[in-house]
Amino acid sequence: MGKILEINGPLVKLELPETVLGEQVRVGAIGLVGEVIGRDGDTALAQLYEDTAGLKPGEVAEGLGWPLSVELGPGLLNAIFDGVQRPLNAVWEKSGDRIARGVAVPSLPRDQRWHFVPDPERRAGAPVAGGDVLGTVRETESIQHRILVPPLTHGELLELAPEGDYTVEESIGRVKMADGRIDKLRLFHRWPVRVPRPFRRRDHAVKPLITGQRILDTFYPLLKGGKAAIPGPFGAGKTMLQQQIARWCNAEIVIYVGCGERGNELTDVLEFMPELVDPHTGRPLMERTLLVANTSNMPVVAREASVYVGITLAEYFRDQGYDVVMVADSTSRWAEALREVAGRLGQMPVEEGYPAYLGSRLAAFYERAGRVETLSGGHGSVTLIGAVSPPGGDFSEPVTSHTKEIIQTFWALSKELADARHYPAVDWLESFSGYVPSAAKWWAENVDPGWEAARGEALDLLAASEELQRIVNLVGVEALSSEQRWTLEAAGLLKEGLLQQAATDEIDSFASPEKQYALLAALLEIYRQGMKLVKLGAPARRLIQMPLLAQARRWKSQHKSEELALLKEKIARIPADFAQIALDYEQSGHTA
Amino acid sequence: MKNVEFRTASSVQGGLIVMGGVTGVAAGSRVQLKDHAGRLRNGLVIRSADDAVLVEVFEGTDDLDLERTWVRFLDEPFKLPVSRDILGRVFNGAGLPRDGRPPIISADRRDVNGEPLNPAARAYPREFIQTGISAIDGMNSLTRGQKLPVFSGGGLPHNRVAAQIVRQAKLLGEESSEFVVVFAAFGASNADARFFQESFEESGVLNKVVMFLNLADEPVIERLLTPRAALTAAEYLAFDLDYHVLVVMTDMTAYAEALREVAVLRGDVPARKGYPGYLYSDLAEIYERAGRIKNRRGSITMIPVLSMPSDDITHPIPDLTGYITEGQIVLGRELANQGVYPPVTVLPSLSRLMKDGIGKNFTREDHPHVASQLFASYAKALEVRGLAAIIGAEELSDADRRYLQFAEAFERRFIGQGEDEDRSVYETLNLAWDLLSMLPPEALIRVSEEELAKYHKWQAMAEAA
Ligand SMILES: Nc1ncnc2c1ncn2[C@@H]1O[C@H](COP(=O)(O)OP(=O)(O)OP(=O)(O)O)[C@@H](O)[C@H]1O
Ligand SMILES: [Mg+2]
Repeated sequence: MGKILEINGPLVKLELPETVLGEQVRVGAIGLVGEVIGRDGDTALAQLYEDTAGLKPGEVAEGLGWPLSVELGPGLLNAIFDGVQRPLNAVWEKSGDRIARGVAVPSLPRDQRWHFVPDPERRAGAPVAGGDVLGTVRETESIQHRILVPPLTHGELLELAPEGDYTVEESIGRVKMADGRIDKLRLFHRWPVRVPRPFRRRDHAVKPLITGQRILDTFYPLLKGGKAAIPGPFGAGKTMLQQQIARWCNAEIVIYVGCGERGNELTDVLEFMPELVDPHTGRPLMERTLLVANTSNMPVVAREASVYVGITLAEYFRDQGYDVVMVADSTSRWAEALREVAGRLGQMPVEEGYPAYLGSRLAAFYERAGRVETLSGGHGSVTLIGAVSPPGGDFSEPVTSHTKEIIQTFWALSKELADARHYPAVDWLESFSGYVPSAAKWWAENVDPGWEAARGEALDLLAASEELQRIVNLVGVEALSSEQRWTLEAAGLLKEGLLQQAATDEIDSFASPEKQYALLAALLEIYRQGMKLVKLGAPARRLIQMPLLAQARRWKSQHKSEELALLKEKIARIPADFAQIALDYEQSGHTA
Repeated sequence: MKNVEFRTASSVQGGLIVMGGVTGVAAGSRVQLKDHAGRLRNGLVIRSADDAVLVEVFEGTDDLDLERTWVRFLDEPFKLPVSRDILGRVFNGAGLPRDGRPPIISADRRDVNGEPLNPAARAYPREFIQTGISAIDGMNSLTRGQKLPVFSGGGLPHNRVAAQIVRQAKLLGEESSEFVVVFAAFGASNADARFFQESFEESGVLNKVVMFLNLADEPVIERLLTPRAALTAAEYLAFDLDYHVLVVMTDMTAYAEALREVAVLRGDVPARKGYPGYLYSDLAEIYERAGRIKNRRGSITMIPVLSMPSDDITHPIPDLTGYITEGQIVLGRELANQGVYPPVTVLPSLSRLMKDGIGKNFTREDHPHVASQLFASYAKALEVRGLAAIIGAEELSDADRRYLQFAEAFERRFIGQGEDEDRSVYETLNLAWDLLSMLPPEALIRVSEEELAKYHKWQAMAEAA
């Protein structure tokens, strides 16, 4: 037992000789928890996860003997945890609407029984190693929770419990370790959040993560196991885009980390997820989702921890062989929390108050994404998508610029697009993806061999129109040639008919890869057909009045992903529309 | 400890004093000082160790004579006594009466810092509030439990807009407002405070208003308490007494400047423009106190007003506010100069909760599409206006000229309205269709074909012409 020497904001100086860096401590009469971040002789410096008001010098303090860890086992899905994995629903029951300080509730429910089915291949007397699957618990209708041997446990399986109902704490088996010690196996184990969970080796990411958002999947794809960032000023649509991904993406598990953002956004997720059906499994989306929430009004120290809690949970499901997506909203708030801690420790700030190690911390965090061969020989992935909230929307600030160097897919949100209510406001010129070649292979095999070429053609058209727009803004549209006017018109059609995709549009909120490609190909077909005529001398003015152009802008909202037949019919009629114009034009003797 | 007075201050510097020889002082505890002249000052323990306790003194330490200063540690945080009687009262920033009436006596005294609301306990705001202002109701609508700030600038009519919202805000189908109002002003001028007081008086709601005033010439540090005291009162009214509370706070810029002043004294590392790195979290502690709670009837809807230094929306105060609040109503100088009231610049304005509070079961089925179409058409119209400024309006195509007229009409008739004009959301939507009817149906992609058939009057207009 030690005692408090000094309280300074969330930082407390303790007389506590035996603790190590990173160790958890419990402090004061109300039992606030925190972690040691500095040591000096017999004193330890700790930051507490909760507000320190009311603590007094002289009150008790004790080291707990372990670093910040999470509990991993059945009971995770469907839940909402705070930044240090306290279950917020249970906390609500215990302490009411407001989070009282010092409430201790175990992360996983202790009284619930889970139906455990042992793996028939496992035999007593055979060797087991960390990461091996002992059996399964059907945690939700759509997800089998695979019960793993904790990563550092190796030895001889002495016994494995028969099929039956167990709480997370009951023993389901015993392992004799190499050193002769006997370890009990349970449905859950603990893991320190700042230590990446081990795997056999990294695999190449090969499959695109399908999000149903055209500007992402078709133009700037992300792979399962990839890293992406969504930078953008306030109100540009980072959260909406992440929520869209959480809703529609074809991952098996989704971890949504609300890091220093709004309470209502989590409420929103909690309310809509149970009502929405996973297009891939037909089950309520909440069954595959779990939330980690440290909202902006919750203590800053736990905010720093929350992203590590989230990524460790993600790795745990990866180790079970699942494709996991973690969205973190927003990594900037995490970096700011890091900055506050550094400031309090008196570390030298280098840029905008951030410590020198900001870049390496960010890199180490994103490094935990990836597709791996798990310890048991299966395959799983963690895809990491971080929102970035640059002050003043300035992408040259430290968090955005460091992140940009680390990630492969960059979905840059633009204030101009958002102001004009062009959603998702992903800027097609600023964004990039390093995954296009791999994605192209998948699209060619699964959707259409023309994907890569069509994507390139569309991006070229958009870039060309940007140039032309500049000219128009200087001298007016009359200065453009017919070909140029048609290019401008076709780019407008692409923006409205393809790139814009309202999350609120029931039909278009999610677009399957087939629908994405059908629309892309159709709009390009209109562009090409028109260009052909223009090159023959038909005036763009005439083409621009075609009713087809207004109609095609509505196609995305008229045709569901499952019902593309009608859309394909409309597409097939495109050449006929142009043929009619060609005919009129010929008959009128080229004077139209 | 509460009743012992210490005279052991060992040093003093810019608003902070260090006390020696006191043990076991609680962090965050409230402090009372009696200076050489017998005047009382307030303070807060910001660092506590047995050999040195650091106290922040609200009224300043400039003329403090340490030899003759007596300090008492009250062993509790700042608290606000609450009871039904706070309605109709006027307090200072620390919650003491400034209306000459007796202090509130209540056993129920609440820590003004509040405690964070459990996100699992929140209920999502969905009820549309009609403000009677088209630019808000039609395009940036407010819902019960939302925090929606007004971003403004010196000389713009933010006070009048805020007062109009307070006067007119009601739920659809309600005859009159059933809100109570908590009004907090910090760093405000006497004239501003009086403007609101008179506006509340005129609309006869004074007995449904609680005011917390910290004027420009009053202690800066007290400014940090003012919004917290006001929100403590609001939480009590909303979640203990079931009221729907509308909180108006002005001016958040004065608040943030006070915070910067104190941070400099404390020696905190600055982040941007001298503001401390924790400005975001500090503002969030205030703004996030808005909302609804499951199983509770009341609500807190918040309308903070802030002036953007040099009209710069990327300045840390509006920037961080925008990152926390659920949208913003931006007032613009250009519209104001053209005599448009309320000068709401719609493109940078946003209501994030709008999408869940309008439409079929809330306002009218065409509302979401109409709003989206107005944004798109007006954005396009502004492009055309920019072009016309370069090449001259005569050079524009017919189609473009229509956009020019649309922009004009939209600003005058839709955004512009009287200060006493209380439009229903249906009037607002019908007006929107009148304006959209100036554009051909092919140009209106964001509304559905059914909506066009039902509401668009292009054909009729063309025939009439
Ligand atoms: N894909 C979309 N479809 C429809 N509306 C959208 C879309 N993206 C954004 N919006 C609109 O923009 C608003 C702001 O989006 P969002 O809250 O995601 O911004 P943000 O970038 O997360 O902002 P902040 O940094 O302040 O959290 C939404 O409330 C919604 O009205
Ligand atoms: Mg957001």
